[in-house]
Amino acid sequence: MARLELHQVGKFYANFEAIEAVELTIEDREFVVFVGPSGCGKSTLLRMIAGLEEITSGDLVIDGVRANAIPPDKRGLAMVFQSYALYPHMTVAQNMGFALKMAGVAKAEIAEKVQAAARVLQLEAVLSRRPRMLSGGQRQRVAIGRAIVRNPKGFLFDEPLSNLDAALRVQMRTELVKLHQDLAATMIYVTHDQVEAMTMADRIVVLNKGHVEQVGTPLELYRRPANLFVAGFIGSPRMNFFQGRAARPANGGMALELAGGRTLQVPAAAGAVALGSPLTLGIRPEHLVLADAGPLGGQVDVIEHLGAETLLYVKDPIGGTIVVRTDDLARVRPGATVSIALRPDRVSLFDDAGKAISHATPD
Amino acid sequence: MREQRASLPGAVIAWVVAFLMFFPILWMLVTSFKTEAQAIANPPLIIFRPVLESFAAALSQSGYILFAENSIIVSLVSTALAIAIAFPAAYSMAFQPGRRTQDMLVWMLSTKMLPPVGVLVPIYIICRDTGLLDTRTALVIVDMLMNLPIVVWMLFSFFRDIPKDILEAAHMDGAGPRRQMIYLLLPLASPGIASAALLAIILSWNEAFWSINLTASHAGTLAAYIARYSAPEGLFWAKLSAASVLAVAPILIFGSLAQRRLVRGLTAGAVK
Repeated sequence: MARLELHQVGKFYANFEAIEAVELTIEDREFVVFVGPSGCGKSTLLRMIAGLEEITSGDLVIDGVRANAIPPDKRGLAMVFQSYALYPHMTVAQNMGFALKMAGVAKAEIAEKVQAAARVLQLEAVLSRRPRMLSGGQRQRVAIGRAIVRNPKGFLFDEPLSNLDAALRVQMRTELVKLHQDLAATMIYVTHDQVEAMTMADRIVVLNKGHVEQVGTPLELYRRPANLFVAGFIGSPRMNFFQGRAARPANGGMALELAGGRTLQVPAAAGAVALGSPLTLGIRPEHLVLADAGPLGGQVDVIEHLGAETLLYVKDPIGGTIVVRTDDLARVRPGATVSIALRPDRVSLFDDAGKAISHATPD
Repeated sequence: MREQRASLPGAVIAWVVAFLMFFPILWMLVTSFKTEAQAIANPPLIIFRPVLESFAAALSQSGYILFAENSIIVSLVSTALAIAIAFPAAYSMAFQPGRRTQDMLVWMLSTKMLPPVGVLVPIYIICRDTGLLDTRTALVIVDMLMNLPIVVWMLFSFFRDIPKDILEAAHMDGAGPRRQMIYLLLPLASPGIASAALLAIILSWNEAFWSINLTASHAGTLAAYIARYSAPEGLFWAKLSAASVLAVAPILIFGSLAQRRLVRGLTAGAVK
């Protein structure tokens, strides 16, 4: 059981603010992923929760108790490091049992718990080996096993899959999700990979330059990003953006006047958008369609066939690239000129400061 | 991986250089088996009948055992002290570096650039006033201080090779700094500690300047013992050689037994 509350938690170094006033509650048994580009402070925030980094302002509350000054091993949290951080001179069993040994648990009980964890992680055959004799995936499992054996209130994962190859990463991803279901423990997982975040999280916390951009379920972030940063960071290939000015066409409603004189009809934005104010329109690649006559278009630059879908990279005549995701095995060839329409019911609008004004997408 | 074979010219050059470097020791060994007359013969004798009279003289006349005992005690005790002081120092420098840690490391090493004779007079006076002249205590302290910078540096570079994550993981697992040292640093850095200790023992064993200047008949080490043979009454090459062989043999044997560790220690940090 672990419910974590972060109240205005911040981290200052001598001359810069690494984390600014994070306000976040992580519910018991929740799987929360911190995601963001490198250097955004996500690992620092995790290490502050772990107790490896000092919290310079605000309060960390674990199960109702202020934990700022509680040492790492007394917080009831276990951490899995990116580098695995296994003890190289100890066997797998000794690695997994180390925390219990430090806690003064009897040898027989340690052996029993290590066995149980090894069974869950399929490590029984390698318990007497040393870390250097294991494969990357096995080492990863030992690191997780070391955390499980402690039976912690919560697990902290610091980019645990980034040293594995692609196939193993996908496999371990599902294993971790399953583990979360089996253990019913709170998990906080740090990654820079938004696919990992989308596939594993109950809720995602998007961090950028030390502050939280948005907190929400994967689909909330995908469908209703709070700002341009989240809109651009979540989703691959990323959302298409078009800059223009608010206009009011003759037939009513609202439109966006793009550079180059083109006009995009958009659903009326909630609230008043002053005529002529700068806006950014965002639309996901799958919400663009090839059409006989659409407001957008250009020359096809690259075509990526992924099997289930095809990605078209279209050169926008006014600059930039428009990405279209289609399942139409379109008889389009590189170099061809295509016309693109957008689904107005899937458009997001952002104001000058990058904040979302409206999402046409339903919740 | 297949070992690459050295080319013939390369091998020849290597053997010649090795022979040149080894030659003084070889010549010392050869001379020690000559009589005094043979030792000063010119041209030098290559073929002669080896005798042990120089060894007998060196052993009987000048209390070799006492000097050897001093050498052993001074080198072992000074090394043990140096390691005991350097271990926590290197630990804090490697794992909790401050803003001035790098400067401090360089400053420590800079003391090794000072010629010992520069501090001979003050150290001599300190020893005289504290009654430590001609005592093993004085030599132990001086040798320990002399080797401390090197030992700190070696341990520091060994510690730096230990990933910080491992200590943090241990911290999460409930091991505080003391238990991190016992369960992780000592076993992980033991090759480093061993090579640092070996080097310190060898340096201390061969240290001559302070031994000659601060000791007389009681606390002299084997270095002082050799120096006695260049006495005012003349040089006795054969006896000097025999004494030198007796002085260097223990450390030479010790060093060659420990060779592998030593090489590892000296190249620590060079390749990951």
